[in-house]
Amino acid sequence: MVQTQFNGSELVVKALKALEVEYIFGYPGGSVLDLYDALFQQSDIEHVLVRHEQAATHMADGYARATGEVGVVLATSGPGATNCITGIATAYMDSIPMVVLSGQVPSNLIGDDAFQETDIVGCSRPIVKHSFNCRSAEEIPTVLAKAFYLANSGRPGPVVVELPKDILNPQLKFNFNMPNQIEMRTYNPSVKGHGKQIKKAVEAILNAKRLVIYSGGGVVLSDTSDKLKELVETLNAPITNTLMGLGGISGTHPNFIGMLGMHGSVEANKAMANADVILALGARFDDRVTNNVKKFCPNATIVHVDVDPTSISKTIKAHIPVVGCLATVFEQLLSAINASSERIDRAAQEVWWEEITKWRAQKCLAYETNPEVLKPQTVIEKVYNITNGDAYVCSDVGQHQMFAAQYYPFKNPRQWINSGGLGTMGFGLPAAMGVKMAFPENEVLCVTGDGSIQMNIQELSTCLQYGLAVKIISLNNRSLGMVRQWQDMQYGGRHSSSYMESLPDFVALAESYGHIGIKVDRPDQLDEALKKAFSIKDRLVFLDIRVDEKEHVYPMQIKLGAIDDMWLKKGVKA
Amino acid sequence: MRRILSILLENEPGALSRIVGLFSQRAYNIDSLTVGTTDDQTLSRITITTHGDDRVVEQITKQVNKLVDVLKVQDLTEVQHIERELLLVKVYARDETMRAAVTRIADVYQGAIIDMGKQSYTLQLLSSSEKIESFLDMLRHESDIIELVRSGAVGIGRGDKALRA
Repeated sequence: MVQTQFNGSELVVKALKALEVEYIFGYPGGSVLDLYDALFQQSDIEHVLVRHEQAATHMADGYARATGEVGVVLATSGPGATNCITGIATAYMDSIPMVVLSGQVPSNLIGDDAFQETDIVGCSRPIVKHSFNCRSAEEIPTVLAKAFYLANSGRPGPVVVELPKDILNPQLKFNFNMPNQIEMRTYNPSVKGHGKQIKKAVEAILNAKRLVIYSGGGVVLSDTSDKLKELVETLNAPITNTLMGLGGISGTHPNFIGMLGMHGSVEANKAMANADVILALGARFDDRVTNNVKKFCPNATIVHVDVDPTSISKTIKAHIPVVGCLATVFEQLLSAINASSERIDRAAQEVWWEEITKWRAQKCLAYETNPEVLKPQTVIEKVYNITNGDAYVCSDVGQHQMFAAQYYPFKNPRQWINSGGLGTMGFGLPAAMGVKMAFPENEVLCVTGDGSIQMNIQELSTCLQYGLAVKIISLNNRSLGMVRQWQDMQYGGRHSSSYMESLPDFVALAESYGHIGIKVDRPDQLDEALKKAFSIKDRLVFLDIRVDEKEHVYPMQIKLGAIDDMWLKKGVKA
Repeated sequence: MRRILSILLENEPGALSRIVGLFSQRAYNIDSLTVGTTDDQTLSRITITTHGDDRVVEQITKQVNKLVDVLKVQDLTEVQHIERELLLVKVYARDETMRAAVTRIADVYQGAIIDMGKQSYTLQLLSSSEKIESFLDMLRHESDIIELVRSGAVGIGRGDKALRA
């Protein structure tokens, strides 16, 4: 007999299947036991059991960043749900499509301070794109369809769905009605750029003498890097990427002038400061880019394209705002440029490129090596070489994150995965696991440090259970390196709580979790260790690499200065 | 500059908290807020008075619009509109002089005395927020305020145009 009636838990599973979900990252508990029972009795969706719910959110997040699909999390009510908060905020800040299914106490107990009750919709309200309190089993398919639609349309973001225990009750059966199409009268993410604005934008671009294209995470999220490349090459414009936008254009493209912002390249920040027209694409003029907004690029006409109107003129006034989905706006810009009778002033552009070449000649990423002490930059460069620049690089947060961004040129979008907006330590390992789940054949790295890795190190256990052969590249400086750097530069070298005493033996730790650990103490051991590590394809390898604890990340913007006021190295201004 | 924002949004649980949360989260000012149902049972209407420079108010409008539950936002101060607020205020009226003065103020402002006690009058005034301020100033001058409650402003655009789904 064909089943035509389903309980609430089965409705959740059926809806997720209809939404083409392959993986759920989660952790069971009292309020979601019925749902876990329904998951147990099917094989289309794989549930990945983490060791801490925060890691489930980062895994789903890494999976979403690498694939462009919605990452799905399942947690129980109360502590399970609150443990997701950091991961939800991380996804929110970087506009990552994610749906978090949270259990809740039965409806008749809500508000009674019942066991493991938390108002998770309330707790997460400031850090979600939207949230739903599911109030009946019948509405589950519609709510989930809406949640997925919201999470991955317009400016993507996390959506929380609260499921009270009583609506998951296996005894009560309902029909399954999955909506074919979702329409919401209050939600219409605008797609097409306004014709007049496109015209103005193209006029400004074609009349520019010192144009810079500044692209962000929006290009990566909208899968429009091909269009970006076409635009860059049509205009022969210099292009810089934000931290979130790296890979939007290949890091080896001749027009790429590096990342901009706090630890951006001198040439990128100088080009921005001296530009007469800035074309911002899917970027949001974050404070880590602009430095002092009052001194920001005073002579530039700013053309700002974004799908989210709130990003436009939030921190920096846009002279020519264009609200629209990048996929469409790129087409509009390209066809308007081709149709225009105006042409770029190639002579002026040549002068502009000469100027940029001079800034490039400062070689702002050059650093001094030492035969006794390994430099973190060297590690990233060698990892780049041995992976042929093809690996997925998932980073934690701190100095190692900046070194990875600077010294590993990314060929492709979605190859660089890091918590840019929230800056969440502990993100790297679970994110790498989520990527490895999606792309088991690819090399997936977690670039981390001795501080960050310990914030979700329990997931080494999950890696063993699911055979996730991630490479952990831990730049061990026995310090919270970025904190220490700021203390060196701004607090007279007083290292308040920024050093790690009693670090574990990471090699032994990795081995106790059933993985392979390799220690590197000296520069001359690095090549051999990397060779060994990268010859292993089916096991997780933890590389504990001792690097110089005194090293600082340069270049670095000078506090309160203009975008291009930078330290090139200790005591030397760019 | 003071602004009156009219917001039409889904009549769903939690929708109001998203609006209030947005204002506190982004450090925007709420000078007053009123909420009620509309002729369309599926929609609520919120009126918020706020202040800020043009840049801030533009951000507020955009951020409110971005909330998934919100259908429409209108800055009433940008169009010809009518604004009303209800004030209820209890003042001392201990002797004839004071009572006469309070009564005179109520007359001039077209307010009403709606209740009295042995020592007090309770007055009502339905007017613009600005006129209410002036009314209160006069009352303070002639008497003492014991208790005060304001509904917050509501507003509607002039003419045939309407804010609806």
